Amino acid sequence: MKDGMFRWARIAALVAVLAIVAAACGDDAEPADGGEATGGTTTEATGTTPAEPSEPLQVALIAPSATNDLAFTQSMFDALNLLADAENLEIAVSDNLFVVEDAATAIRTYASDGYDLVIAHGSQYGGSVEEIAAEFPEVSFAWGTAGDTFGLPNVYAYQAASDEGGYVQGVLAAGLTESKIIGVVGPIEVGDAQLYVDGFKAGVEATDPSVSVKVNYTGSFSDVALAAEAARSFVAADSDVMTGSAQMVVGAIGVASENDVAWFGTQSNQTSLAPEIVVASQVYHWEVVLQQIIDGIQAGALGGESYTIDLANGGEVIEYNDAFAVPEDVKTNADAAIEGLTSGSIETGVTLVS
Amino acid sequence: MSEFFTLTVLTSTVASGIRLATPFLLASLGETLGQRSGVLNLGVDGIMLLSAFGAYYTVLETGNLWLAVLVAVLLGALMGLVTAVVSVTLRAQQGISGIGVYLFGLGLSDLLFQKLVGTPVPVATFPTVEIPLLSQIPTIGEMFFSANLIVYVAFLLVPALAFVLNRTTYGTKVRAVGENPAAVDSVGLGVGRIRYSTVIVGSALAGMAGAALSIQLGIFQQNLTQGMGFIAVALVYFGAWRPVGVMAGSLLYGLVAATVLTWKTLGIIPESASDLAAMAPAVLTVLALVVVARRVRQPAALAQPFVRGG
Repeated sequence: MKDGMFRWARIAALVAVLAIVAAACGDDAEPADGGEATGGTTTEATGTTPAEPSEPLQVALIAPSATNDLAFTQSMFDALNLLADAENLEIAVSDNLFVVEDAATAIRTYASDGYDLVIAHGSQYGGSVEEIAAEFPEVSFAWGTAGDTFGLPNVYAYQAASDEGGYVQGVLAAGLTESKIIGVVGPIEVGDAQLYVDGFKAGVEATDPSVSVKVNYTGSFSDVALAAEAARSFVAADSDVMTGSAQMVVGAIGVASENDVAWFGTQSNQTSLAPEIVVASQVYHWEVVLQQIIDGIQAGALGGESYTIDLANGGEVIEYNDAFAVPEDVKTNADAAIEGLTSGSIETGVTLVS
Repeated sequence: MSEFFTLTVLTSTVASGIRLATPFLLASLGETLGQRSGVLNLGVDGIMLLSAFGAYYTVLETGNLWLAVLVAVLLGALMGLVTAVVSVTLRAQQGISGIGVYLFGLGLSDLLFQKLVGTPVPVATFPTVEIPLLSQIPTIGEMFFSANLIVYVAFLLVPALAFVLNRTTYGTKVRAVGENPAAVDSVGLGVGRIRYSTVIVGSALAGMAGAALSIQLGIFQQNLTQGMGFIAVALVYFGAWRPVGVMAGSLLYGLVAATVLTWKTLGIIPESASDLAAMAPAVLTVLALVVVARRVRQPAALAQPFVRGG
């Protein structure tokens, strides 16, 4: 009798533990609202009122990190929300899908659920998009940062000319450094991060070749502790200006703040993390390419094009931190660089992936 | 390469290695205590994550760093109690139940972070504490005696745990339960009670490891630990279930990671090879583990639930 009761108690306890785990890891049913919705799949019906004559465009976003990461994912999430009202978008988000297999499941689910546009926001998702898009020719897919549509008529590709913003911030950094040593914390030497870092180095080199730019790719997009220690190694090497790309840089920004080292952000505006040391951020406005993609879908073209955001089309903007005083001559140099890159008289020398 | 062998660079590299090693050390010391009593806790990473968030959120709300450490330790102990109920009382398969605890910590810490904080907000970090006189010793002082208090606590716990395990009656009971729980039970000592105590205290140390991580960084992010808890479990095998061995393993991991970072900064490792070099700490530790594990026997009753008369 006692054994029987004990067995039932054991089963009940295990069920309770599993239920708690499922509750913690499961879907977040609250609507996305520009910063609240993460940790699973969320759906947002925005821009629609009962009076709307047309059906909303159903858009799904699959992303590797949180929608409030102050970096890559947030830049796309913010852009979608910006267009939601005007374009009558119904947005669903599955974030924190760093594991490609999990992301592929989400991509396939949204496609089979009949979403109009499935955005796979990560260059690591390319293989999955190529495979799934071929199975769902009536659904439009977009992925980036990349330039390859795989020859499929229902795949859009998008990328950022992050080397341009990197170049401008390199010009600013070269004008600000006194130690003539600048540190760069990178994740892995690929894609958008590599473009930004290479553009930044080119901007420094063009402004003051005597400045040494030290680059440390930590090998991870998300290891905050490693990024922090990489930043400390730059402080030990006398760097007085630093920058970095990807979501793990929050650790490096903390170290920069602790040691009063100037910081340049990218992807999203990172001023809120350390208002006293962030000089400027290159901010992505993906709405520029999203608008082109949505216009294409509404015109009946489900893919086949590759789009790029850059300084000229307003997809990339250098946002200064007003609390950080940048000398006028340094700012003038940066403005000249923006003008040169926009007009084509300056080239970063960095090649985008075709 | 000559740039690396300057006092300034060597000092900062060693200090960096010690900082990186601290969360591993705290977590693996806790795991050592549990494993010596025969309980394998694979949920360490989840416990670290939940405690890391608890500590971060406490600092964010109160600004009190030591209250934050206390919260993290209590959260760790609570998770340890859950682990002990599942592993000791309910006799669940310890590997599987540990993964459940890990997933629970991973999911709940993320959920709480999103609901209570959202966008990352920096918080205060542990201040550096310079040990009087010792910190004045050239080079050595800066390397070893100019760190934050939780680093000192972690390293002081090494002799403390070694003393408890090897020189106290309680330690003898813990080791006996890990080797032959039936014998301990036959003399009227409670196997379950001893295992509960080791798992709860061990998990409390994992909680402190989480606090060490989030408050050293002054930030929290989803999956902040990046699997540190699993490496901590491996370091227990590396250290042959001895506190000093575990400390050696933690330091090896931290120092190799710090050296790789420094070499990248100095350009000794070219950018093109940086991804390969990032694997060095894990590869070296696994190689060392293979060598060590072949020579040392694990506690005989490790991962085996105790069944009286079974």
